[in-house]
Formats: sequence, structure tokens, C-alpha cells
Amino acid sequence: MRKLIETTTTELPMRARPSKGKTGQSMKHESAEKHVTGKAVYVDDMPEYPNQLHVVVGGSKHAHAKIKLMNLSAVRSAPGVEAVITVKDVPGHTDIGPVFPGDPVLVDGECEFIGQPIFAVAAQSFEQAKKAAALAEIEYDVLEPVLTVEKALEDNFFVRPTHQHKRGDSSKALKNAPHRIQGEQYVKGQEHFYLEGQVSSVVPTEDGGMEVFTSSQHPTEVQKLVAEVLGVSINKVQVDVRRMGGGFGGKETQAAPLACIAAILANKTGKPVKYRMSRQDDMEMTGKRHDFYNTYDVGVDEQGIIQGAEIMVAGKCGNSPDLSDAIVDRAMFHSDNAYYLNNATVTGHRCKTHTVSATAYRGFGGPQGMMVAELMMDDIARHMGEDPLTIRKRNLYGIKYDHIKTEDGQIDARNQTHYGQTVEHNLLPELIDELENTSDYWKRREEIKAFNAQSPFMKKGLALTPVKFGISFTVQFLNQAGALVHVYTDGSIHLSHGGTEMGQGLFLKVAQVVAEEFQVDLDTIQVSSTRTDKVPNTSPTAASSGTDLNGMAARDACLRIKDGLFKFACEHYQVVESQVRFESNHLVINTDAGEQWVPFADFVQQAYMGRVPLSSTGFYKTPKIHYDRESGKGRPFYYYANGAAVSEVLVDTLTGEYKVLRADILHDVGRSLNPAIDIGQIEGAFVQGMGWLTTEELVWNNQGKLLSNGPATYKIPAVGDAPIDFRVKLLEDRPNGEETVYRSKAVGEPPFMLGISVWSALRDAVSSIADYRFSPPMNTPATPECVLNSVLATERAKEAQLAQDAAPFNTGNA
Amino acid sequence: MIKFCLNGRWIEEADIVPDMTVLRYLRTRQTLTGTKEGCGSGDCGACSVLLGEKQAGKWAYKAINGCITFLAQLHGKSVITVDALAEGDALHPVQQAMVDHHGSQCGFCTPGIIMSLAALHQKVDGEQPSEHDILDALSGNLCRCTGYRPIIDAARNMNAYPNVANVGIWQPEEQTTGVVHNAGTEAERRTRNLRKKKEQSWVAEDEQQLKDLLAEHPDARMVAGATDLALEVTQLHKSINKLVSIGGIDSLRAIDVSDESVTFGGAATYAEIEDTLRQHYSEFAALLDRLGSRQVRNNGTLGGNVGNASPIGDTPPVLIALGAELELVSKQTHRWLPIDQFFLDYKQTALQSGEYIRAIRIPRLQENQCLKVFKISKRIEDDISAVLAAFVVTLDDGMVKDVRSGFGGMAGIPKAASNVEQALIGKPLSEMTFINAANELSNDFTPLTDVRATAEYRIQVAKGLMRKCALELMNPEKISRIEQVHTAQLEQTSVLTAMSGSDKQGEAYHA
Repeated sequence: MRKLIETTTTELPMRARPSKGKTGQSMKHESAEKHVTGKAVYVDDMPEYPNQLHVVVGGSKHAHAKIKLMNLSAVRSAPGVEAVITVKDVPGHTDIGPVFPGDPVLVDGECEFIGQPIFAVAAQSFEQAKKAAALAEIEYDVLEPVLTVEKALEDNFFVRPTHQHKRGDSSKALKNAPHRIQGEQYVKGQEHFYLEGQVSSVVPTEDGGMEVFTSSQHPTEVQKLVAEVLGVSINKVQVDVRRMGGGFGGKETQAAPLACIAAILANKTGKPVKYRMSRQDDMEMTGKRHDFYNTYDVGVDEQGIIQGAEIMVAGKCGNSPDLSDAIVDRAMFHSDNAYYLNNATVTGHRCKTHTVSATAYRGFGGPQGMMVAELMMDDIARHMGEDPLTIRKRNLYGIKYDHIKTEDGQIDARNQTHYGQTVEHNLLPELIDELENTSDYWKRREEIKAFNAQSPFMKKGLALTPVKFGISFTVQFLNQAGALVHVYTDGSIHLSHGGTEMGQGLFLKVAQVVAEEFQVDLDTIQVSSTRTDKVPNTSPTAASSGTDLNGMAARDACLRIKDGLFKFACEHYQVVESQVRFESNHLVINTDAGEQWVPFADFVQQAYMGRVPLSSTGFYKTPKIHYDRESGKGRPFYYYANGAAVSEVLVDTLTGEYKVLRADILHDVGRSLNPAIDIGQIEGAFVQGMGWLTTEELVWNNQGKLLSNGPATYKIPAVGDAPIDFRVKLLEDRPNGEETVYRSKAVGEPPFMLGISVWSALRDAVSSIADYRFSPPMNTPATPECVLNSVLATERAKEAQLAQDAAPFNTGNA
Repeated sequence: MIKFCLNGRWIEEADIVPDMTVLRYLRTRQTLTGTKEGCGSGDCGACSVLLGEKQAGKWAYKAINGCITFLAQLHGKSVITVDALAEGDALHPVQQAMVDHHGSQCGFCTPGIIMSLAALHQKVDGEQPSEHDILDALSGNLCRCTGYRPIIDAARNMNAYPNVANVGIWQPEEQTTGVVHNAGTEAERRTRNLRKKKEQSWVAEDEQQLKDLLAEHPDARMVAGATDLALEVTQLHKSINKLVSIGGIDSLRAIDVSDESVTFGGAATYAEIEDTLRQHYSEFAALLDRLGSRQVRNNGTLGGNVGNASPIGDTPPVLIALGAELELVSKQTHRWLPIDQFFLDYKQTALQSGEYIRAIRIPRLQENQCLKVFKISKRIEDDISAVLAAFVVTLDDGMVKDVRSGFGGMAGIPKAASNVEQALIGKPLSEMTFINAANELSNDFTPLTDVRATAEYRIQVAKGLMRKCALELMNPEKISRIEQVHTAQLEQTSVLTAMSGSDKQGEAYHA
């Protein structure tokens, strides 16, 4: 560059207007206008090449079988087909398991779930590929499949070894407890149902590598795996992710197989190849949330305060380890939710089944673990004849009792988890108090009891459930991030970081951090697509960590640039650093003579002429965290995010149908970087969590085939399912106690578990049938059928109670 | 050749496969990629576009699912896609409202939501939409990110923004010059026919043409709304080689109300029959709120639902209970058939080769007759029935004088529960009468377990519905259904209080 762009400096403004879009402001999503006009480009929208090929994969017809014979000649000769591959055609590695082996890119001999990819077809059109794939002739030796957690537990059939957390002596505590209660639940999984299905599009490069455009939360892993299946070095493969049409964990590991298969076909044909799954293939062939079978055995005192607990969580992992080790760990870490278990043994099993490998999904096992804690709370309350909220509050972390002492005679602080982490900066007691008041919990409790007493079959339920969710990847090395910031000579800024945009507003939030650091308008910052050649070796955008990690990395890059700029300013203007600052799109130099305001762009040009670096990488690693898996002890989480929800439901006990009448949420995001984005995350997560526990039912037949393989049979919440009265608030004036980016807190996953309040409210409504003296069995999803069964079981229990009681049973209807 | 207007520009097409969907056409032939494919089965609404028809000199638009609409269905119509809605930098009011209310997160469902809201915006024409209108308009659009609250807020506030005129797109002139001809030969362009080698797709203009075509090509598939037929293409990946589009035949969309009956043309859409149903069979009309989605109801037809003969179709049980008759016509024949004789076996009907459903005639309800329609599904909006139960009850001085029923989801075909009916007739109207009669359900039906429900639940919930039917007949002013709660006032105690006739006897019912 010889001639710099002319900046539009006029006279120095006496009072510059404040810059727009700093942190804390409710800026709109960076792509909002593009979304509403259809101009936002997703992978499938990118222009196709004249020689573009499209992929369809042929999957196993059996849950467990050996391939005896495979004849693909009809597939190869079908119209439009240009290439057909099997595992034999893979030039490099054939196993693409993300952490542990077990995920062949294409089946090598033995099929382990229905739909597991066996061969792939590339044809000139998607329709041709689809029709061709149907022509394969494959003979199988069918083997006995293991399809349930129950069978896997019976056979000790696991993808990874069992793990345990122990604190104190749970067995002794249970024996000595005045009350001992046991329970179990089956919590089904969940299909992500990102609106944009899985897709990857690859273009061969002149260096024998690949340019990969993918809808993935983990570009670096896609890069590594594509390089491995092709047998080339990682630097030959570049991955680009502009945006995803939703991810929710479903594109953390599950996007890579598409990119790998497309790359193998592109390598073979020398042509650009796109692999976009049909919705049905997506639902059958890619992983979902884990089912969990949970049991508890809890001992409580006369107040219903837990003295000890033994909890078992068993995840249905499907055919391979994938991320299941960490997911079951997180279920174990969250089986206490917000409650002090005191003496506890928590055991986690990773069950292998011949179903599609279960994977990451918002909450990553945390929600399934929390479900057992909330089941336990409700059950204790029914057993003790107390309101469930009373029992929950008594058991919260940090609530001390003079009579409850540690072994050395001190009053127990009741703030240590079963894995040894101390719960610090605990906001839940005050947060719950506030929500209890703002939602009129107790007044409504009385109104609901009165309503139920006079309503013959419509019953209302109410529940408040809290969330305490640990923030950090529990695998320590993933807690790092990089960023790249360029400042150009017109004052515009280019931002790149390792996080991916899936709708959560990450690009916007990180840009707001940069705007804050330079005190410039948000619209002077351009965020680029996430690219492996800009920021390398990134962690997945997962575990709610996107902003915490990438925001800090970007801030670090800004600080490095600022450092150079301020040093230059001091030389240039003959001042010291304490006299310069950025404010309102200007450099402000404060001297005895008064303030001098230099427009940011002008100053940047001065710095460029002064040969100051205007670009920097940034890096961040989360401090303080450690976890020793051998002992099951440590501090896996940098901090906890908190929240609570009160849900009120109406249940038709004749049909099992129900409706969420009202939901009040109070959620802790620390100092919010963008309240509108945070509230959007909270509302969306609540409804998604509610969907998981209510209408979203994954149905497999007894051969291991997924029957609910499309939106006609798998029902995510629709517009009418949102709570009729929906009140969401951020907890105010509570900056994060840890030094996160501007003291904000992660928000992606934690509010998902607020949806548990809907399930608890449904149980509450059903429990009213037996005067709240019986804990209705209610596995999830609580579909209308499940709720009706719960009603029937409760009515039977009530009759048994009637028969038992000598005096006529008071139904509370009087 | 067919001719339609796309975003204000007239286009002629002749050389296209019959089973080309509108979505595929837009994305691959027109490179209009603003419209998204979320599911390809008409369940998510990401592919929603506006389809306009000229009514009284003015184009009126409705949202449809582009993924399950065939290109031939566009003949003579105007299509607007999300790509053309804004005028330069000026966003359409619903677009601006969605931006300002943070209504998009990942953005993938957003184009479809925009089109559904744009249809609502045109429909309300400056008036504030009711909450029911808003939920209705969005009933076919799934969003996985937002939880819908900001989208509903955007809808509530869309009239706060100035309209973008864009007349050329909304009210296109008939164009004779400058038409884009993506056509074959001159001869091909003279026939209303999309042709690709042996594959053919006709757009029938009148019934005579239809009769001739069906006589000559008995293997041709008839399509009106395509909301089910298109799934064979997009989900089962079958080819449809011969297609006759009948949606443009005016006589098949006629609605006639006489003193004795109400007659709907076989190709009348749900949207078209809604008002008439509301007047004469209000519970039938209320069912439409739960039948498919706005997009499906805009394209789907009563005749299609009957002809499709699915055991879980929503309208056949209601039509059975109402004692409807079907007018079946071919080039040579013309007959009326009671609907309960139409369904022979699973997806098998009495329709003969070359025959089509010309009309559905429903007797008017007498003053002492009451229609009750109940639908059970996992989700209220856009879900297929686990069980559908319909009753026409004739009351006489507190007695059940007569009853006709229709059930869906309980057998391989939609059918009446004759044992149940017999157990009700001549009995006093009471909860116990219906509870006792419900025990006959297992004599009438042996339902299946499938992805939607178990056999046990189907029987159990059908019993519950019969009890509810009794309670509703005795308490007509009370709200007793979950799906009514949304529109009801939320001073709940006044709405959902105890019902008369419900007693301790009922308590024992579940035992």
C-alpha cells in the first residue's frame, strides 16, 4: 500500500458521541438482517460448480451384523453415478473416533447400528445419488444386538470403564438415617433437530489437500480427521465455518464423518463434492443425547435433609465411545444439582448398545444427572409431607445447620461437592428467594390446591427447580482458545477467533469485547468465518465456553495491539501511558493543556506510518482448574452458572395432555455482555429442555430401528408450546466471582436444565390426585401417554392407600 | 407448458420432471437459496413461500410449504420468496420487526417464519392480529433456538413499521412480453403440460379434461394440495411419472350450503372450507386448528384427506360420524357413496379406475344434534392423531336418542364404533352412561402399537374421551380441553371449575 485511505477527519469534536455496541448493550445479532432477507449463506446455499457431485450413503439394515456379501455394481452403473466407495477406498486412517477409536468412517466388516454407513455414492445430483444408493445388494450374517441399558448393565457391556466419585461414608450414612428412600427413572435421549441438517462441501486443492466448508462446531477436528483419512498432513486441509443453522452439540463430533466421506470422494474423482444429509438420514445416522437409567438411595433426617446418598447413572452410549466418557462424567458431576449430598457415592456406567453412538447435546450429560437429583427432591418431599420447594431449599449448598457437624466437630459448611470442589460465590439461596417472591410461589401454591380440590379432572401443578451447572471442559486441555485481530489503516477491524457461530450470538459478543477494548463502534468490526488457517488448533465451540474462551483470547489480542499503540502514542505525543486512552472512537491524550481527541482512524494511520504492528494473535487458558480422574477429586469447573425456574402446568387427567401456563425464570449470567442475546439463550434453552422432557420421544423398535426418524413423528416444541405467560429475568448486579471476560458467565447450556421445572410440575399435578402423598412414577419424555400412565399409577396408589387407611381417605376435595 | 409469476416476473416452463418440487426448483433452477430445506416433509416450514391467486382482481397470498408442492401446482399463480421481500435496503415490516425483537438466532428457520408472518401481515391489512391469528400463522414453522417468544413479539408489533410497497411483486400485471421461456417446442407450449420424455404432468382446466385424462391414463396420480403425495418423492424417493394437477378446477372447489346439507368440492382446501365449517360444524372447524399447520391447511384438501384413506387421517372419522356421502365420478360413471363404505382396508378404497372424488356432502345437524370432535396427539400443533374420536349425538329430553361415531387411529381404516353406539342409544345422558359404553371400545377395536402411541393408550385415552364427551354435553359452556386453554381467558378458576355430573362414580373409572 502506497497511499492510505483518506480518513474523514474534520475539526476535533468537542464532545464525541459514545461508541456504539460495547459490552452490556443489547445489540442485534450480527447476521439479523441477513437472516430475515435470506441472504445469510449456509453451506448448502453456496454456489455449486459445474462438475459438482452430491453424496448419499448406504447404511446398515441391521443393528448388529457381519457383512457377508456386498454387490454394488448396480449402484455404480446407475445414472449419474461417478464414484462409489467402501472402507477399502480410504487412503489413510479408517477410524475417525474423536477421542477413542470405535468409529469407522465406513463399516469394516461388522455393522453396529441400523444406518451405520457402509458405502458412499457420489453422483451428479442428490436425487440420482439417493436412487443409486437404494440399488445396493448386501447380505448380512445377523448377530444378536444389545439394545437396552438394562441388557448392557446385565452383561457389563460398556464402551468405557465405570467411574466413581466417593465422599465420606455413604453406606454408614444410609444405615443411620431416620428415613431412607429409593427411586429410579429412565430419561430418554433427544434428537438435536438443528433446522439445518448436517452438511459438508469440499473442494480439492492443487496441493493434494482439501478446502472444506462445513456446518461444524469443531473445525479443527474436521481438519485433523480429513487429513487423516486422506493420509496427508494437517496443513493441506483448511476448514471454513461461517455459520451453522443450529448445533446444540450435534455438530461437535458428528459433522466430521460427512467432511471425511466427501473428501475421500473428492480425492477419488478430483471434483468438488457436497454431502448434505436428508433429514431422515440425519436422524438415523447421527448421534443424539444419551438415554440414562438412574437410581438413587438416599437417607434423610426428620427435616428431609440429606445425610447420605448412593446414586447410579448409566448412559446409553450406542456403539462407540465418541464423547461418552466425558458425558457420563458430567452426569455424575451434576447428579447433586444444587444440593449437598454429604456422604455420597456416585457411580457412572457407559453402556454399549447397538444403536447410533450417542453424542454431545446441550448440557452434555449434566441434564440427565440433574434429573436424578430433582427426582430425589420431589420424592423426599412427598415422603415427608412437605412442599418440594421447602425440601429443595433445606438441601441447598451453603445452607448451614448448627446441629450438622463434620467429623471433627465443626459446623459443616455444606459446600463441598461429592467430587471435592468447593462451591464458591454461591448465588442460589438468594436467587431462589427472589424468584420465590417475584413468582408468588406460595400464593399460587394455595390457589392451585384450591383449584385442584374443585376440578374433577383438570389438575394444576407447580414446581421450582434450580440449576447449578459447572463451567469448563472437564478435559483440561480443551480450555484454551486463540484469536486474531487486525486493525486496518482506515480504522476498521477484522476479527477472527476459534469459536463458531451457530446462532448463539458468539460472533457478536466477541465483537462487542473488541469494540469495548478499542472503544470503537461495533459496526467497524468485521467478524470473519471461523477458519483453521487463521486460528489453529482450536477447541470445539461447546461446553458453553465459546464466549469465556474466545472473548478472552480476542481481548488478549486487543491488549497486545493496544500496548503497541499506546507506547507509540506516548512517543508520538510525548506523554506517559496514564495520559492516553481510547474513548468514543478516539484516542484521547490528556495533558495539562487539556484533552486532545484524535479520531481512531487517524491515530491508526499515524501508528502505521510509525511502523507499529496493527495485528496480533491472542490466547487464553482457563486458570485454577484441575481434576484427578484416579481419585475422582478436583476442581473440574472454573465456576458454576446458576438459575431457577418456576413452572405451572395444567394436566388433563383423562387424556394425559397438558399445557405450560406460566414460567418464571431468574438466571445468573454474571455481568451480561448482551442482555438480549442472553435472554434469547435462556428462553430457547428452557423450551428446548421442556421439549426434551415432554413431547420429544425417540422411539426405537425391538430390532433397533429408529421409528421417530422425522419431524412428522418426532415432535419438538411448536409455537403454541411456549409457556403462555413467560417471564424471564437476568439476575442483576452479580458479576462473576471469577475473572471471566468482563465478569460475564456462560449461558449456552445452563438454562436448558430450567426445563426440568416443567417435568417436576407435571409430577406435582399428578401427585395432587393422591393428595401429594405419593410420588408418581414419570419417566421422560412425559408424553401425554406417559402422563396418563402416571395418573393411572397414582390412582391405583390412592386406592391402595384407601384400602389401607381405616378411616375414609380425605381426597382434599372438600 | 405452465406459466407462473416468480417475484414479479412471469416464467414459462415446459421441460421439467413432473415430481419437481417448488423448493428444489427455486434452489437448483433459479438459485434462489433464501428458501431453506429443513425437513423436506412439510413439517418444519423453513421452505415456506407465498402463493398468490387472483381473487376479484387482486392477488391474495397464503404461505405454503415449497418442499411438498409440485411445480405444476403453480400454474397461473404468483409466487413470492424471501429473497424478494425487501425493497433495496428497506425491509418488509415483518423483517424489521423480527430484527428489532431478536427473532432470529441461527437464522435457518427465519426465512420461513418471515414468509408466514408476511402472509399474516397481508391478511390482517393493518389491523392488529389476534393471538389466535399469530399462533395460527406460525403453526407450521419450527424454531429450535428461540423458544418462539421473540417471534410472537415480532408478530404482535409488525404493524408498527411502515409498509414496503413493492407492488410489482405483490400485484404483478399479466405479462405478454418479456416472459422468460424455459420452454420446449412451440407445440409443447400450447398444452398445459410439463413433459420430460415419458414423464408427464398435466394441469387439468375442467372436469371434462380430467375425466378424459383419467380415462386415457388410469395410472396417472391426481394431485390437489400434494401435502401427502409429495412425501412419496421427498421421503420415499419414488418417481412420479404421470401427474394430473386438479387444484385449478373451479367446480371441484365449490362450496354449497342447502337446507339439508353442506357440500364441499373434493379439491377445496381446508383454508377454503374453514369459514363454512365454523358456521355449521364448529367442532369440525376447531379440529382444523390442530390439523397439519397453516401451510398444510392452505394447500391440503378435504377430498385428498378422504382419498388418501389413511387410518390416521383427521377428517374421515368426523365425516363418518356426520354421515357424509361422496360423489364419485369418472368419464362413464357417476355415483353417491356413503363414506363408511368408502374405506375397504388399510389404504384401500372403493374408488374405481378413472374415478375421482367430486364432492363431499354432509347432512346439516338438527337442533337436537351435537357434534363432538376430539383429537389426541403428542403435540397440539401440526401433529398426526394417535386417536381421533368424533360423535354426533342426538339428544331427546335428557336421553341419548341416537349416536353416530367415527374413530381414527384405532383400526386399519377410519370407522365407527358400533358396539359403543349401541351401548349409548336409549340411555340417559350421564357420565356413567358413557363410562359404561366405553367398555365396549375393546369390542370394537384392536388398535396397534406404533411410533405415536401404544395399543393400551389408544384404548385408555378413547375411554377418557368418551367420559369427556359426556361431561361436555352436560356442560356445554365449560372449557375442558387443553388446546382451548390458550385462547381462553386465563382467569382460570372461572373457566375450569368443577363440572356438574362429574361424581364419585367417575373416580372409580380408571380402576
